[in-house]
Amino acid sequence: MRDYEKYIRYRTFPTPWCPGCGDGVILKSIAMAFAELNLDPDDIVVIAGIGCSGRMPTYFNTNTLHTTHGRALTFATGIKLAKPEKLVVVISGDGDATAIGGNHLIHAARRNIGIKMILINNGIYGMTGGQVSPLTPPSFFTETTPYGNIEPHFNVRKLLTAAEATFVARETVNRLMQLKQVIKKSFQHKGFSVVEVMSNCHVNLGRRNKMKSPLVMTKYIRDITMNMPDFEKLSPAEQASKYPLGVFVQNSERLEYTDLYYNHIVPAAQQTGAKGEK
Amino acid sequence: MSQRKVLQGNIIVAKAALAAGCDFFAGYPITPSSEIAQYMSKEMPKMERTFIQMEDEIASLGACIGASLAGRKTLTATSGPGFSLMQEHVGMAVMAEVPVVIVNVMRGGPSTGMPTKPAQADMMQARWGTHGDHPIIALYPAFSDEIFSETVRAFNLAEKYWNPVILLLDEVLGKAHMDVEIPEPGSYEVYWEKTHEIKDLNIYDRNLGENPPRIDFFHGYPIHIDSLEHDAHGWPSFDAKTVDKMQKLRMQKIYQNLDDIIRYKEYFMDDAEVMVFSFGISARSALAAVKTAREQGIKAGLFQALTIWPFPRAALQERFKKTRKVLTVEMNMGQMKYEVERVAPCGVEKQTLLRANGMPFAPAEVLDAIKEFAK
Repeated sequence: MRDYEKYIRYRTFPTPWCPGCGDGVILKSIAMAFAELNLDPDDIVVIAGIGCSGRMPTYFNTNTLHTTHGRALTFATGIKLAKPEKLVVVISGDGDATAIGGNHLIHAARRNIGIKMILINNGIYGMTGGQVSPLTPPSFFTETTPYGNIEPHFNVRKLLTAAEATFVARETVNRLMQLKQVIKKSFQHKGFSVVEVMSNCHVNLGRRNKMKSPLVMTKYIRDITMNMPDFEKLSPAEQASKYPLGVFVQNSERLEYTDLYYNHIVPAAQQTGAKGEK
Repeated sequence: MSQRKVLQGNIIVAKAALAAGCDFFAGYPITPSSEIAQYMSKEMPKMERTFIQMEDEIASLGACIGASLAGRKTLTATSGPGFSLMQEHVGMAVMAEVPVVIVNVMRGGPSTGMPTKPAQADMMQARWGTHGDHPIIALYPAFSDEIFSETVRAFNLAEKYWNPVILLLDEVLGKAHMDVEIPEPGSYEVYWEKTHEIKDLNIYDRNLGENPPRIDFFHGYPIHIDSLEHDAHGWPSFDAKTVDKMQKLRMQKIYQNLDDIIRYKEYFMDDAEVMVFSFGISARSALAAVKTAREQGIKAGLFQALTIWPFPRAALQERFKKTRKVLTVEMNMGQMKYEVERVAPCGVEKQTLLRANGMPFAPAEVLDAIKEFAK
């Protein structure tokens, strides 16, 4: 048994994911990050919303919570506030995190509450059969954009940077070791962190866009992604269709929310009382 | 020593919640419930308890459920529009069997309605607001001392039955300042099941009608909690037999314990010929009206429901053996009257006094209705 396997709940297998899905790689990389940090499985809680990503917690041998669509961050906020010393991990898909849960995403970032979010971006609503999401690239065909997608997609990196997130990174399922490394780094960050993982849904996105095999689709992901220094050399027009990789934001100076609450607000309330009271 | 004070209804709720051991509040501002959040934001940090203002009501109840699963006693407070948003997570709390208390200080509806006017029009929403078959407990105090005692009881029932409990108030009860007796700590029951060590994954395994044991994260054995229908381990399962069992377990933990859950008060009911059925602010007017009616020689009585859901069916049925006239008084276009009608046997005359224009009933109005009905 490899060291990361104690974080996998084999008894709940098989997973509901299609053969070749990137979710398996992400499951493994998260478990590997747990192992490298040598965490007690009972000190971890993994939470997810709805969708293919939503089923991932079931397969971790940690405390796990499967919640409602887009709201995983709200449950995570309650758990983190109740038990600040625990590792609170949220797994979310692109529809879950940026459409129905978009509001919770920007507010968690703004608060800088120490939740570790893995945002799986496969650019599609996979579980419901392949409808357009806020991260579907322009002109792509989906079940609800049969004439091509006319909406621009969110730039998660810029969105979260604008929301004052203190850790923002992007990786792909093609690079397991880098992915594990970035996830581990995000777990070590004190405040709110988001690792966006570019993943493949060859079944529900690729199939309708001439990329029906996992190999073709992961090659496509390889072609549209590049390390930040290479991305910066591109013209703005070229940048529009590419995705830089790496850690974009890492700010350890801003205090984490539960730290602020329990170590600053609570003592202040006990000593001096609320504003104007004493 | 108990303390006699003049306090706003919302503040009585907040004080009672803290007395019941509430150590986590997440909420979103909304008239006429905001004072509860404001009071908590000020008092909870002093007690090393947790307050957070979330981005909306969906998030507020989500945070409460999360904190509850991490071992806290949780409360959120809202009014109609916020209660509508919360319905998604009321269902989640029912499905995952998580204790949480939700205060709904009712205001005029539908939609944004009348934020500063009272109503009793979320009675059915409290019962059926979230989708799917589900058990629910809803309490509705009327008098100041009851606001305290029913708030404490709401926490006790949530903890005991691992279910969301809805505490209904109306704008008048929430906003009005009233004379109240704050009882001495220790003089009332506070139910708090210490989390037992979790040794296996059979967290939902129990017999029909039994209270579930408290299940929390971080207690030595990693567990799985799901919003999907699940088996005794909490794993997702759509197996017909398993689903059938889980549906019944959730329902029967409430319906086999009605004696513990249902509370009501009866005034002058022993020889009453006209029964007024009412609750909340309307029950206060009704009681005044019943007393005046008695002075005028009319044999009127009041049945005041404190537990709204589950409906006090058996107690009413008992009363209908003697009292053959029932007048339902409520501030809506007719909601609980249907429950009364369902319970009342043939031959019982049914009358209503209904209004949903933001004006509470004056005792004289209820008195007129009693007199008319008693003829």
